[in-house]
Amino acid sequence: MTKTQTVQFPADTLERVHEIIKRYPEGRQKSALLPILHLAQAEWRWLSPEVMDYVAGLLNIKPVEVYEVATFYTMFHLEPVGEHVIEYCRTGPCCLMGGVEVYDHLKKKLGIETGETTPDGKFTIKEVECLAACGWGPVFQIREKYYMHLTKEKVDEIIEELAK
Amino acid sequence: MKILTQYIDVPGIETIDVYRKHGGYAAVEKALKTMSPDEVTEEVKKSGLRGRGGAGFPVGMKWSFLAKPEGVPRYLVCNADESEPGTFKDHYLMMKSPHTLIEGMIVSSYALGAKSSYIYVRGELMYVIHILEKAIQEAYNKGLLGKNILGSGYDLDLYVQPGGGAYICGEETALLESLEGKRGNPRNKPPFPAVKGLYQCPTVVNNVESIAATSWIVMNGGDEYAKIGIGRSTGSKLISVSGHVRKPGVYEIPLGITVEDFIFADEWCGGIRAGHKLKAVVAGGSSVPILPAELILKTTNGEKRLMTYESLSDGGFATGTMLGSGGFIVMDETTCIVHNTLTFGRFYHHESCGQCSPCREGTGWMDKILYRIEHGQGRQEDIDLLVDVSKKIEGNTICPLGDAAAWPVAAAIRHFRDEFEWHVKHPEKATQPGAVFMREGASWAV
Repeated sequence: MTKTQTVQFPADTLERVHEIIKRYPEGRQKSALLPILHLAQAEWRWLSPEVMDYVAGLLNIKPVEVYEVATFYTMFHLEPVGEHVIEYCRTGPCCLMGGVEVYDHLKKKLGIETGETTPDGKFTIKEVECLAACGWGPVFQIREKYYMHLTKEKVDEIIEELAK
Repeated sequence: MKILTQYIDVPGIETIDVYRKHGGYAAVEKALKTMSPDEVTEEVKKSGLRGRGGAGFPVGMKWSFLAKPEGVPRYLVCNADESEPGTFKDHYLMMKSPHTLIEGMIVSSYALGAKSSYIYVRGELMYVIHILEKAIQEAYNKGLLGKNILGSGYDLDLYVQPGGGAYICGEETALLESLEGKRGNPRNKPPFPAVKGLYQCPTVVNNVESIAATSWIVMNGGDEYAKIGIGRSTGSKLISVSGHVRKPGVYEIPLGITVEDFIFADEWCGGIRAGHKLKAVVAGGSSVPILPAELILKTTNGEKRLMTYESLSDGGFATGTMLGSGGFIVMDETTCIVHNTLTFGRFYHHESCGQCSPCREGTGWMDKILYRIEHGQGRQEDIDLLVDVSKKIEGNTICPLGDAAAWPVAAAIRHFRDEFEWHVKHPEKATQPGAVFMREGASWAV
């Protein structure tokens, strides 16, 4: 996104924003910040300063109140990411289930390291902590979808499907 | 004895019609129409139900601490931030049977006099949030939520709140901060949430599994619940199993079965994967002390260890551990304890909120020291240094994350010091891919 573009949710999302704000007592609209940041990231893939300023305006809070929250929670991308962000679990139980080998295969297949994006802008790989799916590991997440019981072959299939 | 998962595999149980066909929402009917809020609380007290998120604090007692000043709203907040490595039981329950939680939320909110309740779910589980929201809408449509529920005069609104990816928000005051739209920094206590919680109003925060159990308690009575289990470990517990067993997954067990049966019986984990042997177990989520095979199966008195709060902690931290959240991580002889401890150390370093210096700095130091031992650059004195750092974190922070970071490191060295020494003394061997130290005469030798 460039600065010249206007940041504005589509009408249906905006309606959703107003519904969310109503979940909290009057004057407590700041509680809607995390849900709305998730909507913003779904809309624009990452949270640019312009997007965060826009969210601050929607909630009538100071921009810094958004920045300090967005930088605290690891799900929010503060830099541009690829079309598909693959977030793999690096914690102990997934390693026991064979995670390290599978993730190495994933990096090799895409030719990038953790934190990088493929040159075509299609994939970003991120390393995350436990995703609460330990017995179903190794596991990674792409947006809202969990991919579990991963093997090298499964990784190949998933990547090939998404690359289409 | 299945309390939470009896119908979990029934096709369509996530829909309200199928759920009701199997007795669902009868507890709402019974509580709201025939019991006073205090009577519900009394049954929960009698049940002996203890907090299933990890701390094991009696739920009924926690409820009884709730301040009830006139004209001030009270809140029930469900902690579904499940983020402790090894723990995925709440994920399983909410994903498969969302109404089990919603029913418990209504019953518990009624007992506490809450008119608005929130389920705080870790943000990564957005697909589960959609499942819950759909189920909540169904409950509204059937008059089980909203104004004048089932004609009882009781009003309740229920909302789902996503987190943003932060383990610390499983700590109840951090969770409340997060729910207020702030960074998840734990609060200083007192005041406790029961007096000043969400929006500075009296608040109870309970784990998913604890809240879900209250419906059964209302239907069958606290005394019946207390008949299951042993001593102060009453009722059933969801155990999420990962690692090297034949059948990883989530099991609901009656508290009191032996650890040996749980690991080896076909009804539960089905034993260690073929051709391998049990080396160690982390019994209650990554923060609890790891125990080697001989200590997890038997206490030092030679008694079979049971799946109860008391039996697992028998021997203190010297030879025991904790039931914790029920995140049961099983390791066979192919597991490098140093590598596993490094992943835990890295986890707590990553998740420290940074408020308290001992945790902020100490978790970073432990992560770095573990990294260099694992990568063949460790020094002999590093092993004692790790123990020293862990001791200086423990008990010196405002929330339990510091302890949670310190315990697994100290326990790994307590029970597997030879493995750390081997890494330091033989870095060329220890850094070979897949290299694992084998203790001479160990029960897990193959």
